[in-house]
Amino acid sequence: MNALQLCLAFSSLLFAVGLAGALARSNAIIVLLGLELMLNAANINFIAFWRFSPSSAPATGVIFVLFSIAVAAAEAAVGMALVIAIYRHQKTIRLPDATDLKG
Amino acid sequence: MSPLPLLSLVIFAPWIGAALIACLPRLGAGACRAIALAFSLSTLALSAVILGCYERGAAGYQLVEMHGWIGALAVHYHLGLDGLSLVLVLLTGLIAPGALLASWRQPGSPRLFSLLFLLLQGAALGVFLALDFFHWFIFWELSLIPAYFLIRLWGGPGAGRAAYQFVIYTLGGSAFLLLGFVAIFAATGTLDFVELARMGADGSLAARLAALGGFWPKAVFAGVLLGFAVKVPLFPFHTWLPPAYAEAPTSVSMFLTAVMSKMGVYGFLRLLWPLFPAPLHAASPFLIWLALGGAVLGAFAAMRQSDIKRMIAYSSINHLSYCLLAIFAVSAASGRAAPAGDAAAAALGGTLLQMFNHGLSAGALFFCAGILEARAGGRRGLGDFGGVRTAAPVLAGLCGIAMFSSLGLPGLNGFVGEFLIFRGVWGLVPWAAATACLGLFATALFLLTFWQRVFHGPRAGAAAGPFADVGPLDLAVLVPLVALMFLLGVLPQLLTGLFNPLVASWAAHLSLP
Amino acid sequence: MNPASHLWVIPALPLLAAALGALTPRGGRRLAAGAAIAAMAGALIASCFALHAALAAPAAHLTCNFEWFRLGGGAVRLGWLLDPLNGLMCVMVSLVSLLIFIFSLGYMDEDENFTRFFCFLALFAAAMLGVVVSNSLLLLFVSWELVGLSSYLLIGFWFHKPSAAAAAKKAFIVTRIGDLGFFIGLVWLYDSTGSLLLYDGGRGILEAHALAGLAAPALAGGLAASTAIGLLIFCGAAGKSGQFPLHVWLPDAMEGPTPVSALIHAATMVAAGVFLMARVFPLMAADQALASAPLHALTVVAGIGAVTALMGAAIAVAQDDLKKVLAFSTVSQLGYMMLAVGVGSWVAAIFHLLTHAFFKALLFLGAGSVIHATHHEQDIRRLGGLGGRMRVTFATFAVGMMALAGVPFVFSGFWSKESILHAAMEWEVSRLPLWAGLAGVVLTAYYMTRLTFEVFAGRPRSHAAEQARESPAVITVPLLVLAAGAILLGFLGTPAWPWLQSQLTGAAVPSGPLIESPVLTAVSVILVALGLGAGWYLYGRRPRSDAGAADPVAAAFPAVFAFLAARMKLDELYALTVGRLSSALSWLADFLDRRVWDGAIRLLARLGELAGLMNGEADRDGLNAGFDAVSEGFRRAGRAYSRAQSGDAQGYLRALAVGFVVLVVLVLMGCSR
Repeated sequence: MNALQLCLAFSSLLFAVGLAGALARSNAIIVLLGLELMLNAANINFIAFWRFSPSSAPATGVIFVLFSIAVAAAEAAVGMALVIAIYRHQKTIRLPDATDLKG
Repeated sequence: MSPLPLLSLVIFAPWIGAALIACLPRLGAGACRAIALAFSLSTLALSAVILGCYERGAAGYQLVEMHGWIGALAVHYHLGLDGLSLVLVLLTGLIAPGALLASWRQPGSPRLFSLLFLLLQGAALGVFLALDFFHWFIFWELSLIPAYFLIRLWGGPGAGRAAYQFVIYTLGGSAFLLLGFVAIFAATGTLDFVELARMGADGSLAARLAALGGFWPKAVFAGVLLGFAVKVPLFPFHTWLPPAYAEAPTSVSMFLTAVMSKMGVYGFLRLLWPLFPAPLHAASPFLIWLALGGAVLGAFAAMRQSDIKRMIAYSSINHLSYCLLAIFAVSAASGRAAPAGDAAAAALGGTLLQMFNHGLSAGALFFCAGILEARAGGRRGLGDFGGVRTAAPVLAGLCGIAMFSSLGLPGLNGFVGEFLIFRGVWGLVPWAAATACLGLFATALFLLTFWQRVFHGPRAGAAAGPFADVGPLDLAVLVPLVALMFLLGVLPQLLTGLFNPLVASWAAHLSLP
Repeated sequence: MNPASHLWVIPALPLLAAALGALTPRGGRRLAAGAAIAAMAGALIASCFALHAALAAPAAHLTCNFEWFRLGGGAVRLGWLLDPLNGLMCVMVSLVSLLIFIFSLGYMDEDENFTRFFCFLALFAAAMLGVVVSNSLLLLFVSWELVGLSSYLLIGFWFHKPSAAAAAKKAFIVTRIGDLGFFIGLVWLYDSTGSLLLYDGGRGILEAHALAGLAAPALAGGLAASTAIGLLIFCGAAGKSGQFPLHVWLPDAMEGPTPVSALIHAATMVAAGVFLMARVFPLMAADQALASAPLHALTVVAGIGAVTALMGAAIAVAQDDLKKVLAFSTVSQLGYMMLAVGVGSWVAAIFHLLTHAFFKALLFLGAGSVIHATHHEQDIRRLGGLGGRMRVTFATFAVGMMALAGVPFVFSGFWSKESILHAAMEWEVSRLPLWAGLAGVVLTAYYMTRLTFEVFAGRPRSHAAEQARESPAVITVPLLVLAAGAILLGFLGTPAWPWLQSQLTGAAVPSGPLIESPVLTAVSVILVALGLGAGWYLYGRRPRSDAGAADPVAAAFPAVFAFLAARMKLDELYALTVGRLSSALSWLADFLDRRVWDGAIRLLARLGELAGLMNGEADRDGLNAGFDAVSEGFRRAGRAYSRAQSGDAQGYLRALAVGFVVLVVLVLMGCSR
């Protein structure tokens, strides 16, 4: 098992943890944390593929990750704001109860 | 050319009045009537101006106004006036103020009435002066709408049905007219009457219509014919007329019979005959029968009416049928050798006189019928009166003069027109003139029966009680009409002088392309 | 200076008076009557001047033509004409009118519509004079119709009486039937000659050029156009002059006031037809040159005249109304005049017209005097014994009666009637008019004797007759003047001194013996004596005792008398034919309108409604249903999809994950292949 495969195995693990968190827990904040984990798993993949790629292209993987982190931060901020808004509105942050967008 | 656009003024002055009345919502009833009367009189005043600058010796259009309007359709704003239009404008100018005066004491909103009436007057004038089908047709159709509301809102108990029938029937006729002209436009690319008449005279219109192929030339002619036939009306398309005239209020009956019925005859003379000389010539033998049917059966049907207004309505059919008879006879004879020219001039001159004279006499008769109706509380059966001449001698005298004018007594205006028509028709189609005499006989019979039952005998029916004679307002309407009946009976040249060059030029160009 | 150019004054004066009378309020009795009488006097003076001018040149037709209005390339022209015929008619009409106007002052004194009466009378005089002086058939027709109008107005003067209103209408309608023929004749003539002027310096319709064109055989059967035109014009004359079969209006016209009957329906208007025939005589006679023609216009005129003369006299025998007897007598005498025209002697017709105007006006005014004195009692059975009470009236009436009966040598009627009979005898075509004329002579003498005895002899048979007094001078003076005329006028035209004949024809007529044909005169004198004797035998010998007693003739021949009293049932015949026909035609016209034409339109409307209905059905069941079904499907699908949107964010995430897994599996399977 070479270094790249290790990295990928790690990121898969991380993704699985995040996915399980996002799917299984009902607390909105935990779900958000799970989402962040999945995002970071993707970031690791970016870094890994950049690092171990045969062509020595400029730091595209790093730049991608930087963007991704910035977007994730914004997303977390928006997500937290939504959670707070839901809390204010319904006095709970349990996602199964927040079904106002039902069609 | 006159610096003032006189003809536009003639058409639009009544509409300006209507707009004024519409824009001043707080006018009182009296003020509304006064404004309406003033703007209605404008036609008469402007016709006096026109008479001043009218060239009597010329046959063509005068005071022409021509401006480009819709380039894509080759539509021009084209107005013009010749003897035919002038006579009808004068008639409108005389009758419209009289009809408004007749409505003076009428219940209902004078504001709306005046407004609609002025719209109607302007539209009728537009029909007589427009020389491009585009706006001519707008005027033609616009005249229906105010007429509909005037009959519907101010008419008698059966007015709803009568107005509906009137509008649908004439609209139906106009639809065919419109289709016909659409086809003409498709064939020629112009809607200008002068241009079309020129093409009709040299046969190129017929040639271009024939290029459309198939049944189109015949269908176009039939459509245009139908449109005018319904409007005049030509027998047997006349059944809308008696209920409409009978149910309309007096003033509107006056205007309808005096002016609107002339629009159809005008159409025959201005459009159908110049544009389709050959098809009209071919159809004339048949159309003469229809005109005879109107002249004879119309008069005999009048004999059987018990409603005075219906009776006068039938007499209108009879009188206008003489006009049509003359037109068809001339058309039937067109292309014949030269001696027909004198007879044709007599027939056509008689037609124009008859149009004017019928306006005077039928208008006056409807007005008198309105007076009788008002005095009798809405009844107007022949059996509802008796001995009115004892109760109201002045009314009887004036109505009698109108009646004798209508039955063509020499010395009054009606005779001159009828004499000329018969003289002309005899020279062209003798048997038709002889048959039409039956109509003259029946007219005398039913009018004198009406006179005998309503005015003679002991006082009875509505005249048994107090029965007021004519008032100053009634005199203001009747006296000018009656005075004109005498004047034109003795001096028809006052009128014939206006259109004689036109008639002479028509009679001189009787040849077919 | 052309005297014809001033002729318009003669009709204009009374016309002015009529206009004044029309505008005068009811109270202005003196003004209206004064104006009318002054105008008539003026017209009489002007007529005398005109006659004088005409007699100066009897053969010349003085004309004054002018343009009425221009039409097309030509013009319609009118004109005035002056010749002895016109001049004599003018003087006669204005003189008789003047006398009757004066008579009316007394007769209509108590009527509340006095001013209107004089207005109408003046209108009549104007129109009648217009007929006489016009040189254009068109102008003549205009005046002719105005005469008809004033006759209508005056017959219906007491219009509150339904019988008067009906009689007025009948008179107008019946004469109008004749006038339509005249109108067509006029139009035809205008069309074929291009002019309606009688004399126009060689271009008039009565002058050789036009007549030659008209007399050519132009119609089917070899008839000349002038025959047809002449007969059509004769229709108008027959209507106005009460010729069979258009005479039915004249007896009914007696509903008007008596002066009207005298002036219009005895002396002047009804003679207008005869005048017209005499006026257009060259046209009527034009076809005589055409020997091959199957029919000549004048033959028809003579036949109609003979029938009318005999029929009128026969009906007059059985009438009980004073004025109706005179009316039928008028019909009969007009028949004589037409007969004279028909046999070619229009001069004799005009001679009889002039004498008849005087003695018939005299008789009617005498009757008016009686009616005035007895407060409108006209039934001769209820009169009687007036001879002693009303001496002037009786004497003048007797003069009129003898003039009408044709008592020889003294009275004018004898001379004019003799000249007619003489002309009839000389007619080559047939002797029938002569026989009819002779039969009429005996009947005329008989019924006039009957009338006179019934009214004036015996004793009064009603209260009104007992109370009768002689009428005032305003009534009797015109009677005296007319009586003088009824005697003297005859001497203007005796065969020994044929002044009238030579003036009218414009050529010197040689004077002959006083009696032209002794046999004829002897026969007619014997016939007159027979008539007078029979009248005396039946009515004078033993005057009727009371109003209810039966007429001796009615007792002897009840069926004949009843048939004649019912005017030979001609009114009933008209009601059955013309009346039925026109009401049937009007029913047909009305039926066609209400059912057929309007029905067709309604059918069209129903078809339109049906089409609309069907269109509506098709829309609802076809088009709309399809659209509805599709949109319902969409709605259902949307509802089903919306159930998936639970709002549970984790649920979505789960679905996403499952989908992801499925995708991965699919990709891996794809790789393995």
